[in-house]
Amino acid sequence: MLPLRAAPARKESLMFDLESDKITKRFGTFTAVKDVSFEVPSGSFFSILGPSGCGKTTLMRIIAGFETPSEGDIRIKGKSVLGSAPNKRNVKMVFQHLALFPMMNIGENIAYGLKCRGENRTDIKRKVTAVLDRIGLPGVEEKHVSQLSGGQKQRVAIARCMVLEPDVLLLDEPLGALDLKLREHMKIELKQLQHQFDTTFLYITHDQSEALVMSDNVAVMNAGRFEQIGPPEELYNAPKSAFVAGFVGDSNRFSGKVSAISGGEARITLANGQEVLAGIDDKALFLGAKVDVFVRPEAIFITRREKAAADSPQTLLKGVVDSLLFNGANSRVLVRLEDSSLVEVDHRIGQGEDRFNKGEAVLLGWEMHAGQCFAAKG
Amino acid sequence: MLRNDATKLSLILLMTPFILWIVLLIILPQLGIGYLSLREKLGPNDYKFGFANYVDFLQEPIYWNTLLRTAWMSILVTILSLFVGFPIAYYIAKIARRRSRAALFLLCLIPLWVSDLVRAFGWIVLLRETGIISGALQSVGLIEGPVELLYNDVTVVIGLIYTVVLFMIVPLVSTLDGMDNSLLEAGYNLGGSRFTVFRMIVVPYAMPGIVAGCIITFMLTAGSYLTPILLGGKNSMWFTEQIYDQFITRYNWEAGSTFGVLLLVFTSFVVWLGLRLTGQNLASTVAKD
Amino acid sequence: MNKMKLLATVSALVAITGTASQAETLRLLTWGGYAPDEVVRLFEEKYPDIDVEVTFSNNEEMIAKLRATRGAGFDLAQPSHDRIYAAQLEYGIYKPLDLSQIDTSVMQDGLLKSVKDNTTIDGEVYAVPHQWGTSGLMADITKAPDINSWDDLCDPEYKGRTSMRLRRTILLGMAFSMGKDPFAAYGDLAEYQKIMDEVTEKLIACKGNIKTYWSGGDDLSNLMLSGEVVASETWDSTAYKLYGEDANIVFVPPETGALAWIDTFAIPAKGEADDAAYKWINFVLQPEIVTMMSASTGALASVKGSIDLLPDDKKAAVKAAFDDAAIENLKFFVNIPAGIEDIEGKSLERIKAASQ
Repeated sequence: MLPLRAAPARKESLMFDLESDKITKRFGTFTAVKDVSFEVPSGSFFSILGPSGCGKTTLMRIIAGFETPSEGDIRIKGKSVLGSAPNKRNVKMVFQHLALFPMMNIGENIAYGLKCRGENRTDIKRKVTAVLDRIGLPGVEEKHVSQLSGGQKQRVAIARCMVLEPDVLLLDEPLGALDLKLREHMKIELKQLQHQFDTTFLYITHDQSEALVMSDNVAVMNAGRFEQIGPPEELYNAPKSAFVAGFVGDSNRFSGKVSAISGGEARITLANGQEVLAGIDDKALFLGAKVDVFVRPEAIFITRREKAAADSPQTLLKGVVDSLLFNGANSRVLVRLEDSSLVEVDHRIGQGEDRFNKGEAVLLGWEMHAGQCFAAKG
Repeated sequence: MLRNDATKLSLILLMTPFILWIVLLIILPQLGIGYLSLREKLGPNDYKFGFANYVDFLQEPIYWNTLLRTAWMSILVTILSLFVGFPIAYYIAKIARRRSRAALFLLCLIPLWVSDLVRAFGWIVLLRETGIISGALQSVGLIEGPVELLYNDVTVVIGLIYTVVLFMIVPLVSTLDGMDNSLLEAGYNLGGSRFTVFRMIVVPYAMPGIVAGCIITFMLTAGSYLTPILLGGKNSMWFTEQIYDQFITRYNWEAGSTFGVLLLVFTSFVVWLGLRLTGQNLASTVAKD
Repeated sequence: MNKMKLLATVSALVAITGTASQAETLRLLTWGGYAPDEVVRLFEEKYPDIDVEVTFSNNEEMIAKLRATRGAGFDLAQPSHDRIYAAQLEYGIYKPLDLSQIDTSVMQDGLLKSVKDNTTIDGEVYAVPHQWGTSGLMADITKAPDINSWDDLCDPEYKGRTSMRLRRTILLGMAFSMGKDPFAAYGDLAEYQKIMDEVTEKLIACKGNIKTYWSGGDDLSNLMLSGEVVASETWDSTAYKLYGEDANIVFVPPETGALAWIDTFAIPAKGEADDAAYKWINFVLQPEIVTMMSASTGALASVKGSIDLLPDDKKAAVKAAFDDAAIENLKFFVNIPAGIEDIEGKSLERIKAASQ
């Protein structure tokens, strides 16, 4: 068995394994990372989620030591590591394409870091055997990298880092190269491995479902900045910006102008003259401001127009069923509104509803707080 | 059926030049040389079959000493070419920007645009006693009188390295180019020092290229003729010169053929030995996809 | 006589393109300088239906080429007179000449007789003379005034300042300077071996004195003109050329006699243009062509009064080099019997391999 991290250190409540303090990175005139600060508590799974080009990879390379930040500080276990070379930081990284060494067998791959550290042969052999047991691949030492499947390689890449007992494990979109089925499977497996090793994981991805499924905390990154940090439910249910609302989970977006405000509610007139209701947190919104309203598909009720009841939700939009998208539990109805924009609605078959048919006239509605209202950009 | 025939035909057409080339220009001449080397000359137009030419070779220390000397210096040239070529190849493949890479590659190719002979004369102009380097050293006062830089083994080795180093660089660049940078980063990330990463990752990764480059440079060097003779002058002693002398100045085709066969066998043996020692094989290096 | 080697591709091309055209083609295998462009042009003007293709070579390569094809690929070759007899006996690469087709009346009687004597097999003559010259010594008289014998090249006074070509000429020259007569020993291989052993020893001891062995006329010219070498074994033609550039560089006939060679005309066994070959032979023996030819080769033609036919600068050089006694003293190369070249070859190898 791997010697476990010494327990007392983990008990210090304010101990963060990784802290990023106002990190900024400029390449010439281009700023890749702007003033990013965050902390990752010991033993947690932290994800950075953002579209490609948002600066998340640069941030990870700064943490690993392959890039030097223009401003700010990186601390690992409370100590600044800016002065340490990449090979001196106790931060290990699983690369996007895993970067397993093709000229070594599995055992040699895993032993590499231990050899660099100058450990003796018997210890190395013991640790390699132990870590392979732990990832469920006992006895593959002599196999060649190309003899393993994608998922097995993944686990070996993690084991190669974990055998060194890093303070933080960085993972750079490691599931990107896998096919969908395996990716779904590996999401769960990764989470389990993290529990098993009880090590802090910093995971980078552009795939929101990976981030949401695995993480304790997720930071949403856009154009070099962190838009919001929080647990997955919070990001999903209470996005703090239009970007987060649009990027995390599926959303329908309606554009319009604020026509009335009362308390936490706003009445918004859409371009086609219809009115919708939404909750607002943003104090800066004023009457007449241009806004976007985000509504999740599962928050929208759909009824046949002739059945419309009096106690229907506040917002009602008229539309016609345009098409049906069958995807098991995630099936959707695509409804075309009068202004010919399309809205996605969850299709709850078998919950007392009939199936909808193409061309049927329907009404859409949602609870007022299901709509998130943000100032429109530009 | 028709389609199948057409495929067959085009396959045959594609193979023909290759097979002709192999048979007419490589196998037949080698067989001819091998046959000639087994003819013992008894007198004018009087031959018998036997191994006398090989026995002669073994009994004459000048011959096998020259062969050993040629092999030893070729190995030296190969090793030095590797040391010179590796950093260049590494720079071209890993450090230079994409755009300047082609230009750098082209620069390496320039020496090939002029013939061996012209290159050797270039070295002679530079290195002779009244040559440019000797003159320059005198004019800056580093040496008192003219100095002769030609006609010694060091010059021969330098000249040969210059001639063959490109053939070391090309296979190295192509293997190093295929190496993902993340392998290097992973190497550092897992705690390797520069030296460890070089020794445990870069070199093993480049090994097929290193071996291919070494085989090519060794073969080229051992088989080179003009450079060692022109730069080596009175002390050159290269095995190809022995072959030339046997064929041309002594009209002794039988001995010349024997030497040719021996050179082929001996250099092949050295290559085989090199492959064994580095744990590589031809399929994984020269014939690498 | 500017001997230079030309790439094998040239000869291959010549061989391939040789037969196809309507016009007759004369494929010439000769020494560098022996077919100057001007002469070829004049010849083709006079015989518009003959194309001349030239391949430059030297004695050894000429024979090697003809041997490889058993005398095919060329229509006229020009090896030296001592390279006909043995090569013909062993490889059968030449065909007998039809002397009635050649105007031998213009040739110097002595040279003609000498070549005929050396190249007659079973009553058939295989070669006639074209140009002749000598091998001897060359010295810069301001720096090496005392050179007059082959072994002066080994004089420690000129350490690192002398040169020679590591071929049979220097073996023979050195033998003469040691008081031997190698030509007389040609018939006795054991005796010849003994002489060569002594010569080899001498030349090995001499190796440290030599700057380098030269391999061609250009090579030698550079060494002499740059002053890196002050005395060398040489072809007289090279020395004459250098005399034109620097009057201090003169040809010195060694006291034991310069070694004389005669380059000949011989027709390869499978030559396909004998008529054209005879036309060429007669053409280049005309006085005005002789002058052009000698200007290019630096050697003397084997025609009567050839010294007077030399260009003026060459005439001066020859007169500076040779007096009547030196001409009397010339040693003409003698036919090489079988076995001799093996002995010489071994000697040369030993010298080359010896560390100085």
